[in-house]
Amino acid sequence: MVERRRLIQAVNDALFEEMERDPKVLVYGEDVELSITGDMRGLHEHFGHDRIRNTPICEATLTGMAVGLASVGYHAVVHMMFSNFFYTGMDAIGNQMAKLRLMTGGQVELPITIIAGYGGGAANAAQHSDSAYPVLMNLGGVNVLTPSTPADAKGLLKTAIRGRNPSFFLEPSGRGGEVGDVPDGEHLVPFGRAAVRREGGDVTVLSIGRMVKPALAAADALAGQGVSVEVIDPRTLVPFDEASLLASVEKTGHLVVVDEARECCGAASQIAAVVAEKAFHALEGPIRRVTTPNVAMPYAPNAERHVIPGEERIVAAVLSLAGRTHKATA
Amino acid sequence: MATTVIDRRTEQAALRSGPSSAELLELYERMLLVRRVEERLRDDSAAGKLPGAVHLYIGEEAVAVGVCAHLGDRDYVTSTHRGHGHFLAKGGDVRAMMAEIWAKEEGICRGMGGSMHVADVSKGILGANGIVGAGLAIATGAAFGAKLDGEGKLAACFFGDGASNQGVLMETLNLSTLWELPVVFVCENNTFSEFTPSREVTAGRIADRARAFAMPTAEVDGNDVVAVWRAAADAVERARSGGGPSFIEAHTYRIQGHFEAEAFVLSGGRYRDDEEIAAWKKEEKDPVLRCRATLLASGAADEAALRAIEARVLVQVDDAVRFAEAGTPADPALAETLMFVRDEGA
Repeated sequence: MVERRRLIQAVNDALFEEMERDPKVLVYGEDVELSITGDMRGLHEHFGHDRIRNTPICEATLTGMAVGLASVGYHAVVHMMFSNFFYTGMDAIGNQMAKLRLMTGGQVELPITIIAGYGGGAANAAQHSDSAYPVLMNLGGVNVLTPSTPADAKGLLKTAIRGRNPSFFLEPSGRGGEVGDVPDGEHLVPFGRAAVRREGGDVTVLSIGRMVKPALAAADALAGQGVSVEVIDPRTLVPFDEASLLASVEKTGHLVVVDEARECCGAASQIAAVVAEKAFHALEGPIRRVTTPNVAMPYAPNAERHVIPGEERIVAAVLSLAGRTHKATA
Repeated sequence: MATTVIDRRTEQAALRSGPSSAELLELYERMLLVRRVEERLRDDSAAGKLPGAVHLYIGEEAVAVGVCAHLGDRDYVTSTHRGHGHFLAKGGDVRAMMAEIWAKEEGICRGMGGSMHVADVSKGILGANGIVGAGLAIATGAAFGAKLDGEGKLAACFFGDGASNQGVLMETLNLSTLWELPVVFVCENNTFSEFTPSREVTAGRIADRARAFAMPTAEVDGNDVVAVWRAAADAVERARSGGGPSFIEAHTYRIQGHFEAEAFVLSGGRYRDDEEIAAWKKEEKDPVLRCRATLLASGAADEAALRAIEARVLVQVDDAVRFAEAGTPADPALAETLMFVRDEGA
């Protein structure tokens, strides 16, 4: 059985279920009691002040406190609102939670879940629109989750809260109201397993989080032009499901990576490098990255649309590859 | 100390009886252990035997020992880059710490952390930390957990005058006061922020920063183990009984450089005078020598008893160094396997 749920409802369901299951799970952050982002609605009334509470605006302490709580047996779920705010809480992310397990010779487990929205498209301007996951991927010690559907949002968040490692759960901003089927009952999505959102034979399009929707729209449009696109959603960037992507590229011979993060050292760059190293023999043309350029997110909606990858740019990237062979490339 | 201001709460604490003779002897032995360990590390560092840098606690022993005397294994401490003293004062194993600094598999962190990250979570030692001020928020989180557990546990947070200029101090003073968390902030004011006299980079009095939150605050002579012990007794009792956080500023002095072999990076540069260092090494200033004199003057111990303790400590340090030297080199594969707990298909 499945149920139709909005993405933020699926997140809310996961939090209710996991807080009910484990009394050591705590939630805190700025404005979580009222839940202005919608995903925490009702938790405070149900679980009370010891389990979920508002904090001052102090990201350095919010992230550091999660490390302290984890060290003494709790699982802190910290809502940081926007992924840009990782930067203000970065010491405990980069120097503590990503490193303490190794530094202590494995003495500590760090069950921590950080929730934040990310991405542009809502005229939130430069300081509330980053897709700040590349910096997390580079730390080496934290999981990075980028759900694109309500079902994955619920299943990945539940897996994160049951896990014993730090995990960053990135909600696609502006997509919280989107509806999808969510399986009834216990629904867990394992980390490191990509989903094939659409099968196809000509070009592989790997799209991350918020970018899955325009990638699917592009695939629809391209089908009308006789180009068969396979759309892969990695679901988690750390750990990353290399095998599924490599298998797809072996089949199609072409790869486009669609990533809302900036181009330089973004997720697309890492994924392109992996495929270049491990499936070069299968490639029939260059790997294309469709990303936000190396700029701050502008405010004006038309300027936002200009820089954020959309259907048109994805279609153009695919068409630049489709039908190419090594001979054609040369 | 001429600069020490004793406020009302410290006066109240001073009314308590201090440590018993037996307790004072234990404090002396623990301070001496820290001193001798640090002296050996100083010498082994100079001899090029240690793989990494060490930041030594010589001259500041009374702070860690005076505070940790009130803590049990179930209480938590967070520490600094200058963390050997906190580790040993909280009951960490000297062999395991020494082996860690020597980068051996037998080290408390299996050679993956080193001097700046010694930790023993089983004893509530949440770790020395190489980021100045990082322990403040970690201790606050641990104290939140301790409060929710409701078993009278607490977290003691050691940090320095340097860390007092990090913004996270303001954040944690605010939040721990609001939430009435069982945390004891212990500022070890050793007068130096790395290679800069703290007076050049610090406005006002550090303890006043806690007073601004109406947090119970004591300033003490950090080289007087009895004074530290008394202030800590007061703060720990407050934390255990649900009275919320306290702040202790312990005025002390860093005898060694910021780290051993600092002369190399200073390349002739100076930030303090030899006369100043020499003055702090005298019996009227040095925390270990002062405690020794107190023990003799009070009749708590005679010369022979103290010499027996001193001999015992030296044997312990020699044993730890032999253990570390004879240890197995760290396993490089741990670097790949220890980053994550592998339990979620992750």
